[in-house]
Amino acid sequence: MELGTQLLQYLLSGLSTGAIYALIGIGFSIIYNATGIINFAQGEFVMLGGMLTLFLLSVLQLPLWIAIPLAVLLAALVGLLFERLAIRPLRKASPISLVIITIGGAILIRGLAMLIWGKDTHSLPSFTGDEPIMLAGATLLPQHLWIFGITVVLIGLNKWFFSHTISGKAMRACSYNPRAAGLVGIDVRRMVLLSFVISAAMGALAGIIVAPLTMTAYDVGIMLGLKGFCAAIIGGMSSGLSTVIGGLVLGVLESLGAGLISSGYKDAIAFVILLLILFLRPQGLFGKPESERV
Amino acid sequence: MKRELLKYSIFAVCVLLAPLAFLDSYLLNVLVFVGIHTMLAVALNLLLGYAGQISLGHAAFFGLGAYLSGVLTTTYGWNPWFTMLVAAIVVGGLAFMIGFPILKLKGHYLAMATLGLGIIIFIVFNEWVEVTSGPSGFSGIPNLQLGQLIFDSDLKNYYLVWCFVLGCVLLSVNLANSRIGRALRAIHDAEVAARVVGVNARLLKVQIFALSAMISAIAGSLYAHVMTFIAPPSFGFNISVELLTMVVIGGLGSIYGSFLGALLLTLLPEFLRFMHDYDIVFYGGLLMVMTIFMPGGLVQGIPDLFRKLVGLRKGKGDSHA
Repeated sequence: MELGTQLLQYLLSGLSTGAIYALIGIGFSIIYNATGIINFAQGEFVMLGGMLTLFLLSVLQLPLWIAIPLAVLLAALVGLLFERLAIRPLRKASPISLVIITIGGAILIRGLAMLIWGKDTHSLPSFTGDEPIMLAGATLLPQHLWIFGITVVLIGLNKWFFSHTISGKAMRACSYNPRAAGLVGIDVRRMVLLSFVISAAMGALAGIIVAPLTMTAYDVGIMLGLKGFCAAIIGGMSSGLSTVIGGLVLGVLESLGAGLISSGYKDAIAFVILLLILFLRPQGLFGKPESERV
Repeated sequence: MKRELLKYSIFAVCVLLAPLAFLDSYLLNVLVFVGIHTMLAVALNLLLGYAGQISLGHAAFFGLGAYLSGVLTTTYGWNPWFTMLVAAIVVGGLAFMIGFPILKLKGHYLAMATLGLGIIIFIVFNEWVEVTSGPSGFSGIPNLQLGQLIFDSDLKNYYLVWCFVLGCVLLSVNLANSRIGRALRAIHDAEVAARVVGVNARLLKVQIFALSAMISAIAGSLYAHVMTFIAPPSFGFNISVELLTMVVIGGLGSIYGSFLGALLLTLLPEFLRFMHDYDIVFYGGLLMVMTIFMPGGLVQGIPDLFRKLVGLRKGKGDSHA
């Protein structure tokens, strides 16, 4: 393959993984904006999406178009339980306790997944076949198109939800000032719960659409979750377009790095970017610096 | 101050006499690892419990110490004691330099940044195969030696490791009760207020981070020489979480609590062999339960629980509890 086609190939695969990172990153941002918590268990919802779909497909023999929504629903239910059982009892806790409790939750979910489904790596069937599509010398799988399509739809839905529905607007109010939101009659606790449910569902869907390409196992959540967080950091923890761009940039850089430099160090690229951004521009690439009140 | 001295003396005597009870048993070998874990937990506790700064990458400092000692003594034939010193200084220096940008971050951001740092170092252990032998592990590390005495049995290693632990505990207890310890606690409670009254919070945080990394590196060197074989999984994210669990279970800001946490989490898996794969679930559950119900750790939680039980039995049932 000549360099041009090769680059196009890296770009395409980078964009598709980047779209996944973007979805996971938005999940992080939604919870962060509603509660100020970085949910370390976010990656586990991604894992649950893939593993639950697999379970529904292979054990319960459900068709794909039922298994997917059901898996998303179940993951959202886990998100709901997680908020109720772990986050709500700790509402006025220090950031360190919140970090520790979400890490504990992540380990618990991962461990239970390992006990239930074992340690093997599984693959999910592609949604519509594996016939590759040629595009100027580079190959594209139908699953890539699904990823792009579903990501665009989800981001559109997300935008619509936050700017045109009462619940979405209420959640935004909570992120600006929970106390004031409470005073005008918004049930802040319910919005927090809702943020966990939405993030869990989005994460799970991301996990489902990527599983046919990258395989899934009980422990895929750690890496995917961290990369998603990296996307959210690049985007300055916004739940909008800048996190999407963050995800895409990360995906492309990773895929170029893996292709041109070394595939072994591929995972390190995301973390080097993460550290650089945290050190140099903690408000994200596109954000304005905030002053802190004490 | 006298109470601290008394506590420390009791601890030291118990530690030095313990092998009499378990001579030549498998438990002695486990206790060597309890010692190494105690050092690591105490180191993390200095940072987390006293200065209030979280680190999810401490296993990487532990690993750097182990790999520096392992590679320099085995491949390049350096003197092990000298290498241990070099490892501590190098890792401490690295932590000092990286401490300035990283400790500017707070709470969740700091957690993620230290986690990222830990994972980058872990990836290097795995991928830099020419030096570290990669995922298959690095073997043939010599035992430590002091004159004619070679630390090659469990009993000798026990005293070797626990001498370091006692030194490290003494240092930490002293530090915690000094001007620095009070300044750290002030940073923990209200950083801005501490700075207003003249505590150089930034420098102090970085110094304690470097000290914590140094202790972890020394623990790593000891681990390498005791085990004579090291591999990347011993220094991964799970280990960082395990250390965090030890500190949280023992009690944030309690040095002896860290020992208790290390003891518990190292012994339990040995007794619960049948739990093999369940241990990770167990850690997760334990972390959550402890954070919700005993935020002060065992050191505070058990006396509290006891008081409550006594109170209930007397039928007083204090209404404000």
